[in-house]
Amino acid sequence: MIKLENIRKSYTTGFNTLEVLKGIDLEILEGEFVSIMGSSGSGKSTLLNILGILDAYDQGNYYLGDILVKNLSQTQAARLRNQHLGFVFQSFNLLAFKSAWENVALPLYYQKIPRAERRERALKYLDRVGLLDWADHLPTQLSGGQQQRVAIARSLITQPRMILADEPTGALDSVTSHEIIKLFKEVNEEGITVVLVTHEHDIAEMTNRTIFLKDGLIDLE
Amino acid sequence: MFDYDKWQEIFETIRKHKLRTFLTALGVWWGIFMLVILMGAGSGLENGVVSQFGSHARNSMYVWTQRTTKPYAGLPAGRYTQLRDDDIQAIEDRFGNMVEYISPRLFVPSGEISYGLNKGAFSVRGETPDLRFIEAIVIVEGRFVNEIDMAQKRKSICIGRRVRDVLFEEEDPLGKYIRINGAEYQVVGVFRTDQSDEEDVKESEETIFMPLTTAQQVTNRPGEVAWFVCTVNPKYRVAELEEGIKDVIRERHKIHPEDPQGVRSNNVEEEFRQIMGLFTGIRILVWIVGIGSLLAGIIGVGNVMLIIVKERTKEIGIRKALGATPTSIISMILMESVFLTFIAGYLGLLASTGMIALLKAFIGDGGAFFSNPQVNLGAALGAMFILVLAGALTGLVPAIQAANIEPVQALKDE
Ligand SMILES: Nc1ncnc2c1ncn2[C@@H]1O[C@H](COP(=O)(O)OP(=O)(O)OP(=O)(O)O)[C@@H](O)[C@H]1O
Ligand SMILES: [Mg+2]
Repeated sequence: MIKLENIRKSYTTGFNTLEVLKGIDLEILEGEFVSIMGSSGSGKSTLLNILGILDAYDQGNYYLGDILVKNLSQTQAARLRNQHLGFVFQSFNLLAFKSAWENVALPLYYQKIPRAERRERALKYLDRVGLLDWADHLPTQLSGGQQQRVAIARSLITQPRMILADEPTGALDSVTSHEIIKLFKEVNEEGITVVLVTHEHDIAEMTNRTIFLKDGLIDLE
Repeated sequence: MFDYDKWQEIFETIRKHKLRTFLTALGVWWGIFMLVILMGAGSGLENGVVSQFGSHARNSMYVWTQRTTKPYAGLPAGRYTQLRDDDIQAIEDRFGNMVEYISPRLFVPSGEISYGLNKGAFSVRGETPDLRFIEAIVIVEGRFVNEIDMAQKRKSICIGRRVRDVLFEEEDPLGKYIRINGAEYQVVGVFRTDQSDEEDVKESEETIFMPLTTAQQVTNRPGEVAWFVCTVNPKYRVAELEEGIKDVIRERHKIHPEDPQGVRSNNVEEEFRQIMGLFTGIRILVWIVGIGSLLAGIIGVGNVMLIIVKERTKEIGIRKALGATPTSIISMILMESVFLTFIAGYLGLLASTGMIALLKAFIGDGGAFFSNPQVNLGAALGAMFILVLAGALTGLVPAIQAANIEPVQALKDE
């Protein structure tokens, strides 16, 4: 499914260059449920963003399926994200002026699917995360856990091959966190690859495989 | 071409961001509104003053003599001179077809003028047939005084519309006789005048014209003329002939060539020219102020667009993460701004033309110095186009930037 070969990434701020990823080699198979752990600043988000084609890397090769994700145009990257990847963020990243179902349906808009069908499919996924009754609510009218469920529904609606989640439970209490992880587990059981970044060991333990990052390298698995 | 879904997305965004929509719209609305109102006011003023001239020939001048103020050729100062038919003839001989029409005039003092039991007081003037081509006289019935009337010193008169209304009421005046200073005159025509000012119209339509020769006879002033009005061949300007014509009179009446009072004239063309010059000034001012408000509008719209795109960086990041291409982001922002500025401009156009129509309804065409305000639609549409373009362009640069940065950067934006 995914193959990283010697991925390097550094950030330059002013005169300082900070090497964040110093040669990551990683393979994730179709249908895996992977967690990434590591101390703050170890490059977890950076790695996940590269996996999600939200950010470019400096060196190495990244294969998504059999596509080499390298030097892509913004448009090509947008297509790949739209068709193959789903995102869940720590801060939910819902559009505040759109209702729950409209947020869920947004990825389909970029697939040029008609509005009626978008709505129908969005409602199906909202039902799936248990929020059918909240379809017409704005994000501000929802709790953190509910917002994250909406975000998960949104990440699923295009039926992606892989879901990438950066600390999806970081802003939630432990009970809600476990519900969210359970949801990811269900998603994974349908065959979708799930990669999530977390700080919490009990959450990492619920995944099938945990990758530890340290000083820009994979420390141990 | 018409992408219903895209428009729906745009309407939604606009509907849900009322304040920023309002701010963008306001700048454009105001710019257009001010420009159109200014143009309307300028043209109203211009039309008002221009119509003051009515359909008077604009290439005309009036000439008369006054008491001399300088001794000349052995004659003392303070003399009165009298214009005469032969002066007119001399001018015609001297200038030939450089002078287009020339119409000498003599007033006939009159008391009560009556027809049957109806009476009135009107001004009575002796004129030549050429007057018709110089002043704004339109024959509504019958004819004007003609050459035969002149040659035979007939007691034929052409009366103003108000004279007819007062003396004849509903009766047909043609061929009827009215009494002026105890003598009978036959009505051969009725005229009206084209002037903007109602007072002027009233005054001139309360006039009775008779042949100059008849006037000279009944006032016992054979060959005498009170003053004359003439127009010059359109190839010349009045100012070019003005002094020459006056010199003829000065020579003939032995008036000092440098005497500022002896022969006087009123150059209508020059007056008109000066007023038109004033309007060129006003028009330039209107454009400067208009362009100023347009510029303010552009800067306003540009600023709001910049803020909007900045404010939307996060949204753009989210959309990109979900699969929006840079093109779709840019076209979304562009269509939104063009749509907004267009609607706002259109509303500004409506509001201002509505206001001008209202002004027109209140002031109407009769105002002495303000009439028939008009809007140059081409200029207004041009201004609107510029504003829409400005909104699009100022939004475009940050939109392109936002659409092309890595989604992570955009997502980080708080
Ligand atoms: N855009 C950027 N410019 C400069 N430095 C950056 C940028 N993004 C990240 N970094 C730096 O790269 C390092 C790794 O960041 P990253 O966000 O991947 O860490 P993380 O492991 O996700 O940390 P956390 O657990 O706190 O989220 C940090 O030291 C961070 O300061
Ligand atoms: Mg992080």
